[in-house]
Amino acid sequence: MNLIPFLLVIPLAWALISLLLPRLPIGPIALLGMLVQSLATALLWRSVQLHGAERYAIGDWMAPLGITLVADGLTVTLLAITALIAMVCAFYALFYLRSHRHEARYFWPLFWFLLASLNGIWLAGDLFNLYVGLELVTFAAVGMVILSANRQTLAAGLRYLYMALLGSIGYLLGVALLYSAYGTLDMRQLAELIEPNWTTHVAMLSISLGLLVKTAIFPFHFWLPPAHGGALAPVSALLSALVVKSSFYILARLWLDVGADVLPVITAQGFGLIGACAIFYGGFKALQQDEIKMLVAYSTVAQLGYLMLVFPLAAGTAPEHSMLAWQGGMLHVLAHALAKSAMFLSVGTLVLAVGSKKIDALAGISTRIPLSLFAFGLAGVSLMGLPPSGGFNAKWLMLQSAIGSGQWHWVVVLSLGSLLTATYIFKVFRVSFDQQAIDSGKGLVKRAPWGMELSALFLAGLAIALGFAAALPVELLSLPEVESSLMEASQ
Amino acid sequence: MNINFWLPLMVLATSLVSAIVIFIIPDERNILRGAFNLLAAIVKIAIVAGMIVGVYYQQEFETRFTLIGDIDFVLRADALSLLFAGLSSLLWLFTTIYAMGYLRGTPNRSRFFGFFSLCVASTMGIAMAGNLFTFLIFFEMLTLSTYPLVVHKGSKEALNSGRTYLIYTMAGGAVLLLGIAWLHSVVGAFDFAETGVLRDVDASFYPTLQIIFILLIAGLGVKAALVPLHGWLPKAMVAPAPVSALLHAVAVVKAGAFGIVRVIYNVYGVEFAASLQLLLPLAILASITIIYGSVQAIRQLDLKKRLAFSTVSQVSYIILGLALFGPIATVGGLVHLLHQGIMKVTLFFCAGLYAETIGVKKIADLSGAGQRMPLTSAAFTIGAFGMIGIPPTAGFVSKWYLGWGAMEAGAPWVLAVLLTSSALNAIYFLPIVHKLWFGKAPQQWPAEHIPFKRFETNPWLLWPAIITAAFSIGAGLLAAAGWSPLSWAELIAVREYLP
Repeated sequence: MNLIPFLLVIPLAWALISLLLPRLPIGPIALLGMLVQSLATALLWRSVQLHGAERYAIGDWMAPLGITLVADGLTVTLLAITALIAMVCAFYALFYLRSHRHEARYFWPLFWFLLASLNGIWLAGDLFNLYVGLELVTFAAVGMVILSANRQTLAAGLRYLYMALLGSIGYLLGVALLYSAYGTLDMRQLAELIEPNWTTHVAMLSISLGLLVKTAIFPFHFWLPPAHGGALAPVSALLSALVVKSSFYILARLWLDVGADVLPVITAQGFGLIGACAIFYGGFKALQQDEIKMLVAYSTVAQLGYLMLVFPLAAGTAPEHSMLAWQGGMLHVLAHALAKSAMFLSVGTLVLAVGSKKIDALAGISTRIPLSLFAFGLAGVSLMGLPPSGGFNAKWLMLQSAIGSGQWHWVVVLSLGSLLTATYIFKVFRVSFDQQAIDSGKGLVKRAPWGMELSALFLAGLAIALGFAAALPVELLSLPEVESSLMEASQ
Repeated sequence: MNINFWLPLMVLATSLVSAIVIFIIPDERNILRGAFNLLAAIVKIAIVAGMIVGVYYQQEFETRFTLIGDIDFVLRADALSLLFAGLSSLLWLFTTIYAMGYLRGTPNRSRFFGFFSLCVASTMGIAMAGNLFTFLIFFEMLTLSTYPLVVHKGSKEALNSGRTYLIYTMAGGAVLLLGIAWLHSVVGAFDFAETGVLRDVDASFYPTLQIIFILLIAGLGVKAALVPLHGWLPKAMVAPAPVSALLHAVAVVKAGAFGIVRVIYNVYGVEFAASLQLLLPLAILASITIIYGSVQAIRQLDLKKRLAFSTVSQVSYIILGLALFGPIATVGGLVHLLHQGIMKVTLFFCAGLYAETIGVKKIADLSGAGQRMPLTSAAFTIGAFGMIGIPPTAGFVSKWYLGWGAMEAGAPWVLAVLLTSSALNAIYFLPIVHKLWFGKAPQQWPAEHIPFKRFETNPWLLWPAIITAAFSIGAGLLAAAGWSPLSWAELIAVREYLP
């Protein structure tokens, strides 16, 4: 029995249930859905780990006519991290939405819909399915941003929608060009056919620009902070951890998997350069924020910049350095997903507890609400790239790649970026240790629900644990193995 | 897997687990927290003592598992790691007792003792790290776990000092990471090994290895407070006294110095490092630090600040001993790692005692304190004599071996540095001692917090100071005994120089 379709069917079914039958008890239904979904993901993971990549042709129509879903090592890793983070966010939301009754009505259908669309992207084997997935993710994500329908989030959501649609147009244009040139949208077939000519370059440039907009890479980042910073806490966590990664995933697959031979070094270095700009710009802006959620949102802008460094490190370098960069980049996707979701969830708890979004309002909370602050700190350790953490391992692999291939400018960017991250993380801690605030009676807080505190702590703990268990995902991610297993599966 | 696999992990766990438990214990449950904390400290000492015996009889203790790619997480107890682990576990016990007395009745104690335990866990990890990667993990963990201790008071001054501390240590950590990552990309993964591992590297990499050495020493030198990277240390004096004692005597500065030991002896190998012309510049830098720290110490009027600059100076004795190429100097440097820790912790305990008991923080106000607090002042005097190097204190043994080692290594100029520094030490310590005993006591002390009852002050604060002072004399008097720090340092030097 092939498990692949279940990963799409299950969330869609639950989306329908929660939309059509809102009177059912939300908590048990959601938990049951997450359990089933996690089980299916885990089984698929195990199967791919044992037998290599799997393909599933919907209705048994093979490419180029039919729709093919592919599950290789990278895919199952992303499926697993998606299921994991979504499950914790859902658990968190059960507590969080108690104080947001109005939003709860549409949260769950959108949540399941988003999950299905994300899984659709991870599993897509051709460029058009990726497009469909991108659009569905956008609609679900925009819907979730404007859940708390106030003026600010509506404006942010609308801007998000426009930018995302603009990105889609760029993507679709490029895909159309590729189709007219090579007559296929299947990525595996495209990888064999593609040639470095003008059509390819224009198509890839158009696709890249579209995806950069959707991924909120500097200088197209401006829609992200208000959208991620203004949304409900579990929504922010999902958006920053998973949604922006989906368009990056397509970009990476397309360039490094399909078009590895047509990626000019100058383009790759250019990608790295905007990544570096994102790291520094995002870091400085994060430092200037006086609202805690905006600080975390700008931190996402900066962290996404690290992903762009994969391109110059992986393109045109020796195979072992290219491999290190790939592994580092994908590990960064996982580590950032865990750390940033933990951070948004913990910040959501802190904001709820002190009743204000301002960083200053966190004065002296280090002894009042220590668990959430501790989760924030652990997540911060991973974002700063300090050992032991997933973020550190990712940075280490990228550093190895950069040093090994003699690209010292990226070494500098990686090192300084970490220090900049430390400045804005410790900005929060500095405030939280202010004893004067405690003595003057400030920092009295409401008790936070235990489920919220533990959710954030759990994800942050996983971000740290990834520092010890990075070998597991990295083995699955290693690209040549994936490619060879793909070949085997197709024979 | 046998007990030898688990013991290094258990040493770590005793303070890691106790940190977590202490975080959970409510602030007002003093007795529960204290009992648990002391129990963990005693268990740790017992395990370390067991491993010391084991290593003496050539047993191997190692915990190892793969982290990522070819990199292993390695905790290993060898002679050198037990030197540091022994010091840390012993002083953790006394500092914990002291801190329990010191912080009684103040807020946020669970937070304090939790991070205190985390800090010791990091120190134990640094001591037992079996390769540079593992070392880095705990080195950074130490930075993070000491920050909350430095800013514990939460005042504006404390928060600002915390920021300075972070800027220095985070930048140092980044440079260290760069050095380690670069080294890894040149030679691949390797463990620390006696007599080093880099000898067989191709000669074309020698310039690269020299640059990497500079990066590593610069990264470690921040914590070891090598001039000009020492700026955070005097500022961190704003922390509570037990933290100062821990930061300056054991955890932070020693972590830096210990890392430099590892780099010179177990990564480069002392002979190879000498052949790369790396040791002489380091020795000169250490000498400059020794003299500069002493000169600055003379200018300080605040007791803790003076002790801080004294630390800057004294830690570089260790580095000087290592950078001189010769077994005797090695013994001197290594034994000073231990001796300086015991003596400095005594001095900081006393500084805290004066401040807590009679409210004296300035050196000028110490006049006649010997009559009011004779035991404290006796302990202080022993510590001060040790720093100057007057026999029969432990400090004398260190300096004797350093001087002898300098002659043997053919560097007589070091003797001049040692003599100058000792003279400077005397200049800034002897007047304090004179004031304590022969000065005229004022009618009223600045702020007498604790009245003279059965003891001159709170016994929780007093006993740790007296015991560590006794150790400082014992380590000097009994230096020739088979189980003294000196004998242990000789054991390490023999294994390093005679493979």
